[in-house]
Amino acid sequence: MAEPRRGDAGARELLSAADVTRTIARIAHQVIEKTAFGPGNTADLVLLGIPTRGAVLARRLAAAITEFSGAAPAVGSIDATLYRDDLRRGPARALVDTAVPEGGIDGRLVVLVDDVLMSGRTVRAALDALRDEGRPRAVQLAVLVDRGHRELPIRADYVGKNVPTARSEKILVRLTETDEGDAVLIERGGRE
Amino acid sequence: MKHLLSVADLDAAAATGLLDTASRLKDTLLGREVRKLPTLRGRTVVTLFYEDSTRTRVSFEIAGKWMSADTINVSAKGSSVSKGESLRDTSLTISAMGADCVVMRHPASGAAHRVAGWQDKDAATTGTHTSVVNAGDGTHEHPTQALLDAATLRDSLGSIAGRRIGIVGDVLHSRVARSNVLLLSLLGAEVVLIAPPTLLPTGVGEWPCRVSHSLDAELPALDAVMMLRVQAERMHGGFFPSAREYAIAYGLNENRLGLLPEGAPVLHPGPMVRGMEIAPAVADSSNAKVLAQVRNGVHVRMAVLYHLLAGAPE
Repeated sequence: MAEPRRGDAGARELLSAADVTRTIARIAHQVIEKTAFGPGNTADLVLLGIPTRGAVLARRLAAAITEFSGAAPAVGSIDATLYRDDLRRGPARALVDTAVPEGGIDGRLVVLVDDVLMSGRTVRAALDALRDEGRPRAVQLAVLVDRGHRELPIRADYVGKNVPTARSEKILVRLTETDEGDAVLIERGGRE
Repeated sequence: MKHLLSVADLDAAAATGLLDTASRLKDTLLGREVRKLPTLRGRTVVTLFYEDSTRTRVSFEIAGKWMSADTINVSAKGSSVSKGESLRDTSLTISAMGADCVVMRHPASGAAHRVAGWQDKDAATTGTHTSVVNAGDGTHEHPTQALLDAATLRDSLGSIAGRRIGIVGDVLHSRVARSNVLLLSLLGAEVVLIAPPTLLPTGVGEWPCRVSHSLDAELPALDAVMMLRVQAERMHGGFFPSAREYAIAYGLNENRLGLLPEGAPVLHPGPMVRGMEIAPAVADSSNAKVLAQVRNGVHVRMAVLYHLLAGAPE
């Protein structure tokens, strides 16, 4: 189990490292079941993570799907920064990597992957970015944590864990590739 | 970032940030059928050019359009400038019409600084901020050219820190040289200016670079070389005996290309004068990165517009 880091003081653990691994495995099984992905049907599926941690999760999910189905899905990342509706609300944001796998997304089933789903605005931006990238057959959404407070009519197809939260609370996702160890923590915020 | 007037205003983190943004924009648009991003929708960019230019003006215009900004071109010829309007009045007229950014080129060094000052003063009373981008002011600076050169060098060499880069030719009349010396040294390169003594500006000893008069002696130890155009239009008087003699002493010909390390990139800000500072065979060789520079120019300018216009006004 990942020890809460310094700065995580006052944060409560929602998912341990083992829980994170189990959750990704469960989503992988659900994706395989829902998309009929397997050695006979590999051309169709593309996992696209929303950087930073969504891209890490997409790679982990792809590895799990490969392990369980015996076939490797295409995996990449898509940066939605240029399509955000809140760019004017802060200083210019740094861009992150977009890596669309070879073969593109035209006519394929894209599963967007992100760590936390809240307002739905990042997903909307990613959908707009996808639209400029090509025309997928369908788009689905997988998230590790759904914390509610949606501001747009968007829902996830695969949810690792539903967590009822207050707006002032913070969900902290830690993944080994970007942080120290795996964990999902909830931090009580200040005033609502 | 409020304006982009000089490379001297950037620190290493800001410069690297611009180059990273440019390279990500390039990756994002690569292979796309629709090269249009919604990021600067509703923003207006005016290019105000008091000097002839093709690549810089078109490059900024494309950069703005690919990010959905409305781009309008004003050149001194055919505008109220030819009726005698002052730079201050013209620039304030353009911002009063709602321009969010003025990209300007002017034959006087420091013109962009002056315009930025007037715009800031105007913004204090009107509350509407207009960014100024220096697209070349006299013999002073041309920051986006230096950024696109750095992007091209990064693509070719992998990194800039620790590399030795030669800048050859008419340094005296070159705003490109000054911006490049500042930027490349900021990014950790060792810069060598190679030129006849008559084509070096006074005070060059204080620039963060080394000065040499012998191209042949320097070439073998360079990682990359940047040839400058001999700016005949700014020359009044004898800076060198003849064009032929200049080409013999400082032109990059095939023999000299052989002195450079294998595959070393050769840059030129353009327009090239073939047979003068660069031999046609060299300009057409695989070492020449001139068109790569032009390609990077669009992405670098998109990055500059993004950093100036996408975020909340400062």
